[in-house]
Amino acid sequence: MSSIMRGTTDNAPDDRRPGPLLPEPDDDGAPFWEFAAHGELRVQTCAECHEPRFPPRPCCPRCQSFATAWRRMSGRGRIWSYVLPHPPLLPFYAELAPYNVAVVELTDAPRIRLVGNVVAAPGAPADSVDPALLRIGAPVRVTFDALAEGVTVPCWLLERP
Amino acid sequence: MATRLKDATAIVGIGQTPFARQLPSSEKTLACHAILEALDDAGIPPSQVDAFASYTMEETDEVEVAKAIGAGDVTFFAKAGYGGGGSCATVAHLAMAVATGQAHVGVAWRSRKRGSGPRPWRDTRAQLPTPAQWTRPYGLLRPADEIAMLARRYMHEYGATRDHLFNVALACRNRANQNPAAIMYERPLTREMYMTSRWISEPLCLFDNCLETDGALACVVVSAERARDCRRRPVYVHSAAQGLPAQHHGMVNYWNEDPLTGPAWTAARHLWKRSDLGPQDVDVAQIYDAFTALVPLSLEGYGFCGRGEGAAFTEGGALETGGRLPLNTAGGGLSEAYVHGFNLINEGVRQLRGTSTAQVPGAATCLVTAGEGVPTSALLLRS
Ligand SMILES: [Zn+2]
Repeated sequence: MSSIMRGTTDNAPDDRRPGPLLPEPDDDGAPFWEFAAHGELRVQTCAECHEPRFPPRPCCPRCQSFATAWRRMSGRGRIWSYVLPHPPLLPFYAELAPYNVAVVELTDAPRIRLVGNVVAAPGAPADSVDPALLRIGAPVRVTFDALAEGVTVPCWLLERP
Repeated sequence: MATRLKDATAIVGIGQTPFARQLPSSEKTLACHAILEALDDAGIPPSQVDAFASYTMEETDEVEVAKAIGAGDVTFFAKAGYGGGGSCATVAHLAMAVATGQAHVGVAWRSRKRGSGPRPWRDTRAQLPTPAQWTRPYGLLRPADEIAMLARRYMHEYGATRDHLFNVALACRNRANQNPAAIMYERPLTREMYMTSRWISEPLCLFDNCLETDGALACVVVSAERARDCRRRPVYVHSAAQGLPAQHHGMVNYWNEDPLTGPAWTAARHLWKRSDLGPQDVDVAQIYDAFTALVPLSLEGYGFCGRGEGAAFTEGGALETGGRLPLNTAGGGLSEAYVHGFNLINEGVRQLRGTSTAQVPGAATCLVTAGEGVPTSALLLRS
């Protein structure tokens, strides 16, 4: 069982407050989160054949090169799909429910789709957008939110709310 | 010359414990009950068992089980990955072991206390080997959320509706209503109940989700030759396949060329390639139904209809008794028991023995599938 990510909810030894699950990056994914912390959306790309790939991994499935670059994206995309989770959920998310989670397809890199929340304004929570405004195909642009101290994740703003 | 798998082995015994939301016995005890019942059904003494196959998320291991039931020398043991995707692979692995002479009597089993045990999505320490860092922080927490994402996209692309998903839930419930062993025996479902039930993850509601169940099941695989001397009519393993498609990503299969063609498509291609039969020859199907939305995707994947036609296929009672493709005739994971799909294997065997509580008259072929959405497996059984 790989533990890609540990929670900080009901089982965190150092934090009794229910909070969001924080990404615990692996070696391949770490650069994504480091760029996000600087407000940049970058996608791992093969340095040989220039094929973007997601999630990050050691080598290129197209040409098998281990040489990678991190290409900056415009941050524009479209909603590919979305869900509205309801309880039973982990405590932090149960309090927020129903909230949205979307898969966003990046304009610059077809087939690179990122999971994220659509929010009403930078820093607003995952339940801040009226679900009636969400639709597949809706254009969105990236914003960044501090999920916890030192942890920044990309979120999405509707272009035409 | 390669040893062929086709019809070389047969399932000759099945066993199961009662199903309930909560059973007092341990998983190990339940596993032993199911295995001993399956061996008794086959008329084979436990001392002759020399092969075991299970799939991940199984907490009872072959060392303990072999010791408890009184097995002799065990010469083959295997565990297929990906939880519910591995159910049919257990039978396939045993069939390969028996067909190639690595073993003679194989037992596959599943024991699970899912109803009374911990919910996997609650355990944030033991993550499944999926790329959780890309999904969980945003609140995409449970399998229901992950599959609901695909379901909404599917509905959008093909005009599938909640009524189509209801057709799936209803067919399973109607069959469970005929099956005294099912948790939903004598508990009918109506369209109104479905449409007004609470959401779990929109667009999936309560009745789009499988049950939480305690229980265990097992089956016994031997060579076709030996099967002729067993107590019961043999159910032959005609074809078997596993499937892990290119660029697949587990339950959150959002990052390949075409997320709506999941592992079912891959397993199906190879299942039919190794078979004398095609989808048109299938009399009855047991399709993995952790969520209703998996069924239209699987109907397409296994070739019962074209791409995008899986939802429409469910119309007009197609999945009911007497329909084009009677589905999950014991009630499936949605209404009989959710034991990671092993109940679908045993029900496939009952159909081909002619002993189902919702018997399809003259059923001679049955497709059984494992979990779609994760690396999967499938069996084509024939009488
Ligand atoms: Zn490359």
